Amino acid sequence: MILKNASVVFPDGVKKVDVRTEGRLIAEIGKNLKGEDVLDCTGLTVFPGFIDLHVHFREPGFEKKENIESGSKAAVKGGFTQVCCMPNTNPVVDNKVVVSYIKSRAKEVGLCKVHPVGAITKGQEGKELSAIGAMKAAGIVALSEDGKTVVDTKIMSLAMQYASDFGLICLCHCEDKALVDGGVVNEGYSSTLTGLKGSIRAAEDSIIAREICLSESLDIPVHICHVSTYSGIQLIREAKARGVKVTAESCPHYFTLTDEVICSFDTNTKVNPPIREERDRLAVIEGYKDGTLDCIVTDHAPHHEDDKNVEYNLAAFGISGIETSFALSYTQLVQSGELSLSELADKMSRNPANVLSLEGGEIAVGKVADFAICDLNEEWTIDPEQFASKGKNTPFAGRKVFGKVKYTVVDGEIKYEENERDYRQTH
Amino acid sequence: MLKHKDILGLYDLSAEEIDEILTVGESMKKLLRQNIKKLPHLQGKSVTTLFYENSTRTRCSFELAAKYMGAHVVNIAAESSSVKKGETLVDTGKTLDAMKNDVIIIRHPMGGAPRLLAQTVKAHVVNAGDGMNEHPSQALLDMLTMRENFPTLEGLNVAILGDIRHSRVAKSNLFGLKKMGANVRMYAPKTLIPTAIDRLGAKVCTSREEAVDGADVVMGLRIQLERQHGGLFPSLGEYAKFYGVNEEVMKYAKPGALVMHPGPVNRGVELTSGLIDGDTSRIEEQVLSGIAVRMAILFLLTKEEL
Repeated sequence: MILKNASVVFPDGVKKVDVRTEGRLIAEIGKNLKGEDVLDCTGLTVFPGFIDLHVHFREPGFEKKENIESGSKAAVKGGFTQVCCMPNTNPVVDNKVVVSYIKSRAKEVGLCKVHPVGAITKGQEGKELSAIGAMKAAGIVALSEDGKTVVDTKIMSLAMQYASDFGLICLCHCEDKALVDGGVVNEGYSSTLTGLKGSIRAAEDSIIAREICLSESLDIPVHICHVSTYSGIQLIREAKARGVKVTAESCPHYFTLTDEVICSFDTNTKVNPPIREERDRLAVIEGYKDGTLDCIVTDHAPHHEDDKNVEYNLAAFGISGIETSFALSYTQLVQSGELSLSELADKMSRNPANVLSLEGGEIAVGKVADFAICDLNEEWTIDPEQFASKGKNTPFAGRKVFGKVKYTVVDGEIKYEENERDYRQTH
Repeated sequence: MLKHKDILGLYDLSAEEIDEILTVGESMKKLLRQNIKKLPHLQGKSVTTLFYENSTRTRCSFELAAKYMGAHVVNIAAESSSVKKGETLVDTGKTLDAMKNDVIIIRHPMGGAPRLLAQTVKAHVVNAGDGMNEHPSQALLDMLTMRENFPTLEGLNVAILGDIRHSRVAKSNLFGLKKMGANVRMYAPKTLIPTAIDRLGAKVCTSREEAVDGADVVMGLRIQLERQHGGLFPSLGEYAKFYGVNEEVMKYAKPGALVMHPGPVNRGVELTSGLIDGDTSRIEEQVLSGIAVRMAILFLLTKEEL
């Protein structure tokens, strides 16, 4: 396949070149390349396939919310070629059988590459280590207790050490549940106005600080999930400055929204950690600009309407975000002049690949032929009814954004083409 | 005329709407004082009270208000309803709507629940207290009681002391009183003061004396023993000693300042018995104001249909 007349996003800038693939790899990059199977990319921008380190595809156990097929369709529609699935399924991903199941289901679906993440402890109960070595052999790419924190600091330190023997790092969900104490939103003006129970930044920050301390003491890399507070970002910034091997991610909703959105009591604004205030939103953008935050992830958390059409306190936490991530990121970060296209590609592809040593992440000869091919000039309105994901839970319904994914190429094959609303699954 | 289908909170109401409810409430109270308890305004209407939290005075007050005006009244307590069988609020609302209810009065432990119900049903929804959000009829009855004792609410100094953090009464009073031009001061242990309440218009004071200084009205709010177990203060005794309102503290208020409390009162904790039973106490008066103001709410909500 040859991508013709494309604007290709490289780490050092955007160039008008052609890209030729052979099999699943990039074979040649240059001007006026010749060959068969031409994809005309005039007017389009080619990014390295986006990589999402943090999604919930809900299978096995919660297929009413999402499954690997609907999640994969949503992923390629959003330009994602690789995703990492969090282990809070039922059963929990804490043994090789569940890992193998997810891998085989993803292969049957045949759209994007689905990487399972294993639980740190058995059943995510925080007591005994899960079968880390066996899960690694079966194909996990990282460990996480996502949805909760490993409360026992000793267990967490042992998990980090044991996991490092297998080249695995922990993706840390940072939340002191005792301090959260049933809080469902950020504590501040909006929580007082609505009477919804708030949770203060320290509930997140104190565990971020703990994970940094463990990483520094043990000299083992650690990755901080979905950072939402200005103060947590500052902790990470200071740790990085003194050489701690910490990386971090945040999500489009944290750099796009502030907690005023909760005042409608719209349960689609309920997410964990909660959407915070303007100073936090600005700090997330600043964190991306100065490199404190490495990755944009979605924390794609699809839910059924039944889980959201209830009282705010009872509603499930989470946002279905994988189909809106690129457009929100492009609109909020690049169009506004905060990041360049290359920097955006770093946050959505190169850095995620580096954090977990995944393939891809960059358009270069010899690299895997994973691409997200986008029209940056197209303005569109987010409409959850058009989502491929089963989860229609988004606080962005009706929002106008720029940047539409036109094609998604995985391993040298077109897996999604917008104009035909076409998913090309290999069975 | 009320511009809303529902009464969910005073945050949503304009000063004109609040004034109208209070004015009608004053007329209702005059009738009640004459022991007139048979009015035609709600004849042929159905009113349901849907209570997901225990309540005696608020539920009784709404029930009597509806009955005095001739409505059919059904009371649903969460314990005995299909809620126990796992029915969602939205489905319960749809059922009540299908039964042609005209007004649903809901109390719920979770903030925003009345709004969810109101979005679901055609019936008028009245919030009788939702979590830590609002309790509009309580604040309206408090304001009605104040208006009977002062020429205007404008410029009135109201001090609120007690468990403000968990109090929907404090918030509804704050929203309502500010709209009517009154000044609201608050005082409580830091653990019982909501974050950023000052940005909603309250003056947060640093002592009882400062809060009460020059006050026209001193309102106590119930301190729940559960809060002690939650670590918010060491004991009711310590609360009373350092934060309670007593005769000494009341000396800082204007002479004849009113003592109010939404009830139920912990005698000797929020307020001393001397103040509760004293000449300036309006705690019992508040109860009658409650029926009057709820009659006004029900009348104004259903009026257009008559």
